[in-house]
Amino acid sequence: MQVTVKIKRFNPEVDKRPHWEEYKLEARPTDRVLDVLHEIKWEQDGTLAFRRSCAHGICGSDAMMINGVNRLACKLLVKDLGDHIVIEPIRGLPVLKDMIVDMDPFFESYEEVLPYFINDDPPPAQERLQSPEDRALFDATTKCILCAACTTSCPIFWTNGRYIGPAAIVNAHRFIFDSRDQGAGQRLEVMNRMNGVWRCRTAYNCTEACPRDIPITQAIEQVKREIARTAV
Amino acid sequence: MKRAHKYDVIVVGAGGAGLMAARYASQNPNVSVAVITKLYPTRSHTGAAQGGVGAALGNVSEDHPEWHAFDTVKGGDYLTDQDVAEVFAREVVEAVYELEHMGLPFSRTPDGRIAQRKFGGHTREFGKSAVERACYAADRTGHMILQTLYQQSIKNKVTFFNEFHVLDLVMVDGACRGVVAYELATGELHTFHSKAVILATGGSGRMFGVTSNAHALTGDLMSIVWRHGLPIEDPEFFQFHPTGLYRIGVLLTEGARGEGGILRNANGERFMERYAPTIKDLAPRDMVSRAMYLEIREGRGAGPDKDYILLDLTHIDGDIIEERLPDITEFARIYLGVDPIKEPVPVQPTAHYAMGGVPTTLETNVISDGQNTIVPGLYAAGEVACVSLHGANRLGTNSLGDLIVFGRRAGMEAARYAQEVQFDYLPPDNQEPTREMLERTRGGSGKERVSHIRKDLQATMMDNASVFRTEETLTTQLRVLEELKERYKDVLVEDQGQQYNTELMEAVELGFLIDNAEMLVNAALNRTESRGAHSREDYKERDDENWLKHTMIYREGNGVRIDYKPVTLGKYEPKPRVY
Repeated sequence: MQVTVKIKRFNPEVDKRPHWEEYKLEARPTDRVLDVLHEIKWEQDGTLAFRRSCAHGICGSDAMMINGVNRLACKLLVKDLGDHIVIEPIRGLPVLKDMIVDMDPFFESYEEVLPYFINDDPPPAQERLQSPEDRALFDATTKCILCAACTTSCPIFWTNGRYIGPAAIVNAHRFIFDSRDQGAGQRLEVMNRMNGVWRCRTAYNCTEACPRDIPITQAIEQVKREIARTAV
Repeated sequence: MKRAHKYDVIVVGAGGAGLMAARYASQNPNVSVAVITKLYPTRSHTGAAQGGVGAALGNVSEDHPEWHAFDTVKGGDYLTDQDVAEVFAREVVEAVYELEHMGLPFSRTPDGRIAQRKFGGHTREFGKSAVERACYAADRTGHMILQTLYQQSIKNKVTFFNEFHVLDLVMVDGACRGVVAYELATGELHTFHSKAVILATGGSGRMFGVTSNAHALTGDLMSIVWRHGLPIEDPEFFQFHPTGLYRIGVLLTEGARGEGGILRNANGERFMERYAPTIKDLAPRDMVSRAMYLEIREGRGAGPDKDYILLDLTHIDGDIIEERLPDITEFARIYLGVDPIKEPVPVQPTAHYAMGGVPTTLETNVISDGQNTIVPGLYAAGEVACVSLHGANRLGTNSLGDLIVFGRRAGMEAARYAQEVQFDYLPPDNQEPTREMLERTRGGSGKERVSHIRKDLQATMMDNASVFRTEETLTTQLRVLEELKERYKDVLVEDQGQQYNTELMEAVELGFLIDNAEMLVNAALNRTESRGAHSREDYKERDDENWLKHTMIYREGNGVRIDYKPVTLGKYEPKPRVY
């Protein structure tokens, strides 16, 4: 099928501001949007810049706004979009070139939540025990691939770039509800700050944007309730 | 940013092996460490590993490291170095516990222990029946290892240079003194002066048209090492994973068969019963991939073109599939529109893993010949390396085990070495070869698109040098490679900018891929036997008398030179490999 692809381009070495360019090409309905981008880059315009690596939704490189919603380009097929595809970079992070945005602010927020296991007790000779039920409490939030689709779909984040954002909260949740971890207090304190979890107004954009189907809004609500419960 | 850097230890690559190496190197307080990656660390392909990491914990049924070592040797068709397999099987047990202590969220048994499941080629009592050895976190074990190690890197304040593409090693008098890297954001070259460099850059699967490998896996450091006159070990052994999604090659874990999945041909027959009567669908990957090709060749392939096999999970409880295999279930639904709970999934073998690579000692020192001569200051671990744990065919789950065991060793060894030696002289013109290479690539006549040359490379490698090979196909492929090398001289780079010039990097990576193909095809043509993943239809038998030895292939002039290294044997005598 013939598809028309409109891409928001920006080359900092040439352009003062972003502009749209249109490409026409043949695509199969089962092609990924990433295949379409590659076809353009490989056959029409080598200067088109975007990140990608695994090409099947695991590495988190290719989050972009596609037909108005944040998606991974490698996890969305042409047949689900029709013959008009509009692609722009994810919003709220500085655009460096075409689809490539500056990820540093995103990873800085992530690091704020102490996204690592904290348990100062000497470990046992074998594994720490954890029941399947306890393991299930944080199963969903272990799926996060740090693609930023959620945070950059959040209207609160668009207006306040200092809001820690859903991805960071998801990763705080992953440890707060891990029965083996002892750092929940410190993390809940971060969550309770001015630009922490209370900025969330449950717009649900994050949940809809997540390519890993993490129920993000629910996780955020669980963190809020945990703050209330432990009254930090 | 300044463009000259100095660290005691440089780690190239930020997947499982690289992050493990960085963690252990930086535990030495007297040593400064930095990690350089052409991606962001969490984008590394360790994250795509699914089914589990094999370790004889015995949480589900009795198991022992000796059994694991034996399976690894037999799985490797006796080309595995047996001292390596023994150390590995022992150390991987403590390494898995260590990952758990770092917080890795393994799935759990009812009594709260790390959950384990069956996997191809892993058996109890030296081959009697399949054993639950793969420690797993649903079907995203690699993702959880990568995330956990990255989390630890943040905790330990590891220094990262993200989106820095290493394009050269600085070699002086046969020793490695640093690396040259291209900064994607600016197009500038940086020199990293170091006492020790650890290579942990993964594989080269993108030389094949159907692959489970990420776009980033272009064999960069194997090629760079080779261009410096150092050998590559056993490149002819390239694993094809049996269950790639039809046409696109995305991996569906062997864990699916570990949970009871069955491969069927067009007639619905469970054909693996004929090829491996004891463990059937859980035979090692080389055997299963060959069996699938043979079924297709004999007209029993499924689908309108009779060119795929069916992975049948429909007899397994849907809840178990959703709980233990959620990601691959989603892949089948999204990419093929097939729901594995309701219907079998079309699959075909997919290029998956380089058993060969940069040869190292058990201590991860890179070596320069078959006599184990050490290259001072250079270490390697993970898929880029060949230690040789996997021999002629890697068992499923042993890649993740390899990363954590040998990544850890590399970090410790490199740090210890760095502490003992002083920074040595670095020639001021160390960037010149890289600058020239980039100018050449950027300034070509522009007649040939990168993608066209690469597509031809990938298609011909599938046709001539994949699961089955003959002298005729390999000789043909050598001719093809000569043509591709000529065409590569005229490569087109439209983007003449400095910032995020991903087109230029793709062109450079294509050069690396062609080198990797050249080593593979030459070594495959040279080895006139069939062993593990290297299957010659004109030499169908394993030939221990002449070929129980490792290939060491060198770049020489425009051609290659092939030498050998003995296999370290041990208590397991080479036997016919039946399952």
